[in-house]
Amino acid sequence: MSITVKFFASLRETIRKQEVTLNLAQPLTVAQVWTLAVDNSHFPEHILAAINLEYVDRDTMVQDGDEIAFFPPVTGG
Amino acid sequence: MQQVVVTEMTFNPWQTLQEYEQQLQQHHPKIGAVSTFVGTMRDNNEGDAVQTLFLEHYPQMTERYLRKISDQAMQQWQIMDTLIVHRVGEMHPNDTIVLVAAWAAHRGAAFDACRYLIEELKHRAPFWKRETLPTGERWVEHNTPA
Repeated sequence: MSITVKFFASLRETIRKQEVTLNLAQPLTVAQVWTLAVDNSHFPEHILAAINLEYVDRDTMVQDGDEIAFFPPVTGG
Repeated sequence: MQQVVVTEMTFNPWQTLQEYEQQLQQHHPKIGAVSTFVGTMRDNNEGDAVQTLFLEHYPQMTERYLRKISDQAMQQWQIMDTLIVHRVGEMHPNDTIVLVAAWAAHRGAAFDACRYLIEELKHRAPFWKRETLPTGERWVEHNTPA
């Protein structure tokens, strides 16, 4: 199963990744996807996550073809 | 109409509002109140001079989220329409960053819905600010409290 993982704003600069494609051998949660994508690190408490443009929590399971996004707290307006 | 616009173009919020309202009033002759919020770029933040501001966003998710809060406002209050316009890209002091408006028959619903829209936008819509200071660039870590 293949997923796309995107990183935005300061997070993209900190981890030096904009987008990666991962092939998963087994179903993973959002937090596990982070660990796989970001140097085997724990999913930080303050980071927000979305799947296919909708907010999700760290325990949501990802599906084949999903676009997962990780980003820092938002500062619009 | 519930319009949501995310744009790289400079805009005049009062002109945008006037043009939108002219169209709206053709459909809603019972409108008696409009509440608006306009956010403008300051030339300073946390004690430092700010020369330019770059607003990044998550294309598609941003528009989807703004449409979602517009729908929620329409369900929660007796309002007739909403408008949200938000700049992205590079901007300068005095540029308008955001325009939010809510129309209703009476002021209570218009005030409440407008406040809801701007607070939800600031807390959850995926936009991020990067400031250019005389000493370099930095990401804005958090929004100012309401």
